Amino acid sequence: MSYALSLRCRKCGGEYPLQAQNLCDFCFGPLDVAYDYKAMAASLTRDKIARGPVSMWRYADLLPIAGEPVDLGTGFTPLTRADNLGRLLGLEQLYIKNDCLNPTWSFKDRAVAVAVTKARELGFTTIACASTGNLAASVAAHAVKAGLKSYVFFPSDIEQGKIVSTAIHNPTLVAVQGSYDKVNHLCHRLVEAYGWGFININLRPYYAEGSKTLGYEIAEQLGWRSPDRILAPSASGLLFTRIWKGLNELSMLGLIGPVNTHMHCVQAAGSSPIVNAFENGTLHVLPVEPQTIAKSIAVGNPADGNYALKAARESGGTAASVSDDEIIEGIRLLAETEGIFSEPAGGVVIGALRKMAKSGIIRSQDVTVACITGSGLKTQEIVSDSVRPVTIEPSLQSFESMVCVPNVTAASD
Amino acid sequence: MGIRRVMFTFPPERIDQPVIYNLGLKYNVVTNIRRADVTADRGWVILELEGAEEDIEGGLAWVAGLGIRVDPAAGDALEG
Repeated sequence: MSYALSLRCRKCGGEYPLQAQNLCDFCFGPLDVAYDYKAMAASLTRDKIARGPVSMWRYADLLPIAGEPVDLGTGFTPLTRADNLGRLLGLEQLYIKNDCLNPTWSFKDRAVAVAVTKARELGFTTIACASTGNLAASVAAHAVKAGLKSYVFFPSDIEQGKIVSTAIHNPTLVAVQGSYDKVNHLCHRLVEAYGWGFININLRPYYAEGSKTLGYEIAEQLGWRSPDRILAPSASGLLFTRIWKGLNELSMLGLIGPVNTHMHCVQAAGSSPIVNAFENGTLHVLPVEPQTIAKSIAVGNPADGNYALKAARESGGTAASVSDDEIIEGIRLLAETEGIFSEPAGGVVIGALRKMAKSGIIRSQDVTVACITGSGLKTQEIVSDSVRPVTIEPSLQSFESMVCVPNVTAASD
Repeated sequence: MGIRRVMFTFPPERIDQPVIYNLGLKYNVVTNIRRADVTADRGWVILELEGAEEDIEGGLAWVAGLGIRVDPAAGDALEG
């Protein structure tokens, strides 16, 4: 059952019914879902959650949905011990939360699943989003499952190949001419002009809540405890803040002990408004013009930027950025040590992890979780120079002369 | 008539100028400030604009032309 009570303004505390609305009418502050935590605490136990489905829906009681979820099988992705990478970095308790293994290959499925479920509950027949990649694919796929029409807006200058994984679900694709800023402004106007559920605008309070499940899973998979450190990439800042919220909710509900996790916010140097604010010691995140290969986290004016900044500070964490070269090194390092092929956002995480391990911010004994939030299969062109085969004649002699093979005795049956 | 919720981010050289007052005057839009933080070297204002669509568009283009960044109050909608 749902324990969601209302939408509440994060700035002034103004309350609204559970409807499609993202900003407070009075102060334009962001709205969050408010819950009856007392009733939730009386009903939820670790056992009850553990008996639930092996997906994000085992946490349905902690989410703002009342009916059947729109379920593609999202969540409960592996938390794998990363001993090879850990050994290289001097970290003895390193884990990778592999969210590449969601139905459309990114963590966005968590957020979109909740937003689309809520859209259907609220009676929307059409949903929409503006995206160049992961969000678009997830919205288009969930719309199909929910029987809703979908519109996906994207800047006209992106490569067509980038949206194949979206187009295959047959949404209405709209290529918008002009700068990314123009696309942003248009989308906000579309919300006012049409009766659509815009996933990350008027449905944002519900969209945000889906991301909490990443935090819940980390704690449950570690044996119901919060780790010492979490590194997560930040675009709008939503995922980062919701992992933090998820851990604190579990603690408040008595499902885990006190949360002593240090949250480390990582961004690409070419799009790092949150890191800039952290380093400058300011309270406000000033927008930037994104310029990075990490397109999936290139958000210049992050909606939850101030709150990501707050989470990093109040948790005793840090914020760090890495260059595009370091991103590519990070992608390679993860693939070559742990067998996980990440998109550039994961390269950001591994690049920052390496820096923090080297500088001593992360100590060898710290239980550290690095969140890998999207698959590299969608951004293969970034590391296409990895393909360097040795070309040989189809003979054993050619193979032995061209390929250096360690001197081993062939196994016999 | 239309309504737009936007955030202006001011560069240091524009902080002491009456940009919002002039926006209302030149483009006949009603400006209604909801939140703001202005210091000696930086400033942002979140406000609502109400007026004819073409006036709002013209006004926002004029503001952007002054080097002031104009964003939706809710942050970027476009995500990866």
